[in-house]
Amino acid sequence: VAHTEFPAQVSHHKIINNTQFVECNNEKIAGNNAGNDQGNTHQQHGIRATKQNGAASSGFDNVSGSKRSNYHKEEECSLFVAFFTFLSYGVLLFVGYIKEFFSPVTTKEKNREGYVPLYIGFESFYTRNVYRRIQDCWNRTICSVPGAEIDLMERYTPDYGWTMKLTGKTIKCINAGSYNYLGFAENNGPCHDAATQVTKDAGLTTSSPRIELGTLEIHRRLEKLVSEFLGVEDAITFGMGFATNVLNLPSLLGPGCLVLSDEFNHASLILGLRLSGATVKVFRHNDSEDLERKLREALIHGHPRTRRPWKKAMIVVEGIYSMEGSICDLPNFVRIKNKYKTYLYVDEAHSIGALGPHGGGVVDYYGVDPKEVDIHMGTFTKSFGAAGGYIAGSKDLINYLRVTSHAQVYASSMPAPVAQQIITSMTIIMGKDGSSEGRRRIQQLSRNVKYFRQRLRQMGFIVYGHDDSPVVPMLLYLIPKISMFVRELTKRGVAGVGVGFPATKITGGRMRFCLSAAHTKDMLDKILKEVDEVGYLCGSHYSTAVRNSQPVEW
Amino acid sequence: KPGRYLDLGSGDKLLNLGSHSYLNLGERPEVEEAALECLHKYGVGSCGPRGFYGTTEVHLKLEERLANFFNCEKAVLYSYGFSTSASAIPAYSKSGDIIYADEMVNFALQRGLQASRSRVVYFRHNDVEHLEELLEEQARLDKKDPKKANATRKFMVIESIYMNTGKMCPLPELVKLRQKYKLRLYIEESVSFGTLGPNCRGITDHYNIPMKEVDMIMATLETSAASSGGFCVGTKFVIEHQRLSGLGYCFSASLPPMLAAASIKVLDILEAEGSDMVMELQNKCRQMQEKLANIHDKVTVTGEDISPVKHLKLAESTGNREADEGILQKIVEKAESYSVALTLASYLWDREANPPPPSIRITVNKDLTTEEIKKACDSIQKAVVDVMG
Repeated sequence: VAHTEFPAQVSHHKIINNTQFVECNNEKIAGNNAGNDQGNTHQQHGIRATKQNGAASSGFDNVSGSKRSNYHKEEECSLFVAFFTFLSYGVLLFVGYIKEFFSPVTTKEKNREGYVPLYIGFESFYTRNVYRRIQDCWNRTICSVPGAEIDLMERYTPDYGWTMKLTGKTIKCINAGSYNYLGFAENNGPCHDAATQVTKDAGLTTSSPRIELGTLEIHRRLEKLVSEFLGVEDAITFGMGFATNVLNLPSLLGPGCLVLSDEFNHASLILGLRLSGATVKVFRHNDSEDLERKLREALIHGHPRTRRPWKKAMIVVEGIYSMEGSICDLPNFVRIKNKYKTYLYVDEAHSIGALGPHGGGVVDYYGVDPKEVDIHMGTFTKSFGAAGGYIAGSKDLINYLRVTSHAQVYASSMPAPVAQQIITSMTIIMGKDGSSEGRRRIQQLSRNVKYFRQRLRQMGFIVYGHDDSPVVPMLLYLIPKISMFVRELTKRGVAGVGVGFPATKITGGRMRFCLSAAHTKDMLDKILKEVDEVGYLCGSHYSTAVRNSQPVEW
Repeated sequence: KPGRYLDLGSGDKLLNLGSHSYLNLGERPEVEEAALECLHKYGVGSCGPRGFYGTTEVHLKLEERLANFFNCEKAVLYSYGFSTSASAIPAYSKSGDIIYADEMVNFALQRGLQASRSRVVYFRHNDVEHLEELLEEQARLDKKDPKKANATRKFMVIESIYMNTGKMCPLPELVKLRQKYKLRLYIEESVSFGTLGPNCRGITDHYNIPMKEVDMIMATLETSAASSGGFCVGTKFVIEHQRLSGLGYCFSASLPPMLAAASIKVLDILEAEGSDMVMELQNKCRQMQEKLANIHDKVTVTGEDISPVKHLKLAESTGNREADEGILQKIVEKAESYSVALTLASYLWDREANPPPPSIRITVNKDLTTEEIKKACDSIQKAVVDVMG
């Protein structure tokens, strides 16, 4: 799942004032960072400012420099809390070990006596003994459109978590769990009407890969629109976001290529890189210094076995990391890429539409020239309320992918109503339909994000990630607190998402809120109030930093 | 609108012999209505993976219906057909295990085999004796090292009707081998879902094999089910594991609910009219096979009589794959001018484990009338004569 399962909790290096790397061309930091004084000071004790024109400046930076920081130190928990986290896992696993000693698991499979057991290993042991007990926090069923409010179907378990059954009742909650950043998950409005019309005109599916008989007119229109939206020459779209990474990285890379991949990259990127056969080196999360060091070393030494020069070198990063909530340090990566002449692949699954003054993602947010990033990749699931993924870049790249991408040749094309939903939502975001609805949504999201994050920090919770990212992870550390938080919040009418090991490191249990342009200030206030209450119930106000007591305005 | 007839931009309608819509259920109004109803309720996207509020009632209902359809305990739904095969196999088979796979399995399965990091042993296409030889060899090695053998899982991966050749697998013999050598059997049923068996339940129905002999069946919903995505069915013990370790399930957004609703309607139709539809389709397949066999002596047709996927290839290859492809491509283009839409079976030659010879893939649609089949074969004949003389 993650690159490494070691609990890397204390690996943040001490901050060095490094004068080697002089050039820095991130002059134009555009964006919507409008003077957020509060809440920043306690975050800056680990920030090292970048250099401008060779002059090194160390220590704390002023307000607008917090976006130029290239190594962001998150607040850590105390040793006390870490001890109890390990203890909570330890108790559960110990109990599980004793239980399984007396009744081994293979007695549960029928018709397969004498076969080698299908599941051996820690993963399934963990699932049976830890995950099963709090299973009701995940895989929850909804019966309404996943907009700002959601109808959860209540479930109960008659046998301690082995099976879940529906009671038949529904609970109405505020939805802070679905990826609905710009609020396009709606069942009325222009997107819905257009999708209805297209279903009647073009059917549901083409049942054929793109390269055979599966390309419709709507796919061409979509690709043109996507390339216009991102400011690149051409784009190509696929039916599934996960598959976009898994099926295209092998056609772009091969054995003999070097890839530098961020520590917290998504499972689809890791699988795609593994299938491609390239040599992968992992650098510390968002740390351009570590990246540069590892890149230099790898380029100097060449391929580990043959010592030949690499065929290709690529840096693979994401725009917003969905578990950390951090925004990638794009200007520094672009600088390194230009210096060492490698390719840059940015996976904007969460950031496209959600960041930047025009919704253009992390490239728009930093004001970087889209041509500096070689391969833009993203998905349409999050901000556009549809499904599918795209890759965009130069015409040569896209022409190559049209012929050699595994998805073009073997996997069927995107269904027409889904493509239409993307076209309609993208035209709204770009403002092409003549209204200012797109602009309004982007601004609403940005205001919601700033307000929510500052209030949450002010209350005393440890929140990871950058101030502008709509993914808000709030640290809880202990696994029982995760389940308690999720259940108590649901009782109070807020639906959030809890994540623990193995999706995060073992001391990184957290609650994750995904904000949306569809949330109003009242909804955010309610969420914050309930979170505060439940936080007091289970003692999760871990932050020891200085809290700003000024009231935060929306 | 793509269906039995297709418009490739020239304005006139060509008979569609290339899309994989064997039962033509995409053209049924009730399927479209079911999808639209769901669209009015849920919108288009599901905005989340299955674990985080992306599971709707519709998904659960579809999984239940699929499990009932195949007489199994549970089903798992994926949002893309390719990901089904590529995620299901690595969820069970890890490095150190052995997988016996037919050499002509399709590309998605090959990706799954590669992602699993296990040792993959290919046996010759549909050759049960070769497989038995390989299994005997492994059994001898196992006797020498029983401790290692007790920790090595063995799997067998086959397709019911192979997409790359159109032939059917000899399932009864393979099941016997499975029982003898204690393998776990995974069948990929994309082509045979809804098109084989007296009750249209697929190949286990066709050969009358009880479901407990098969560990898991995987299929896509993009062929007969006129929607998008894929699924795996099997026993609860086997399937529930994928809910946490199937990569394409956990780390990807769920299927858009309107497509799932369309599939539920398709299952309704299959349960009501399935047996008749299968008879009709198999009839048409036999007719098509007969006519295609007599087209020209320079092209041959491979594939079972009753398989809805057939391959038309050159009787004698020129020796060069590109030249073969060029000739076939010309035939396809000529056929377009005679109002038949064909497609060259496309492969990535340098990525396939055992690339099949170049061919034109012809799919049979249940709603083709006898005259249309005759007209199509005549057009193809004219095209072949034009190109090859």
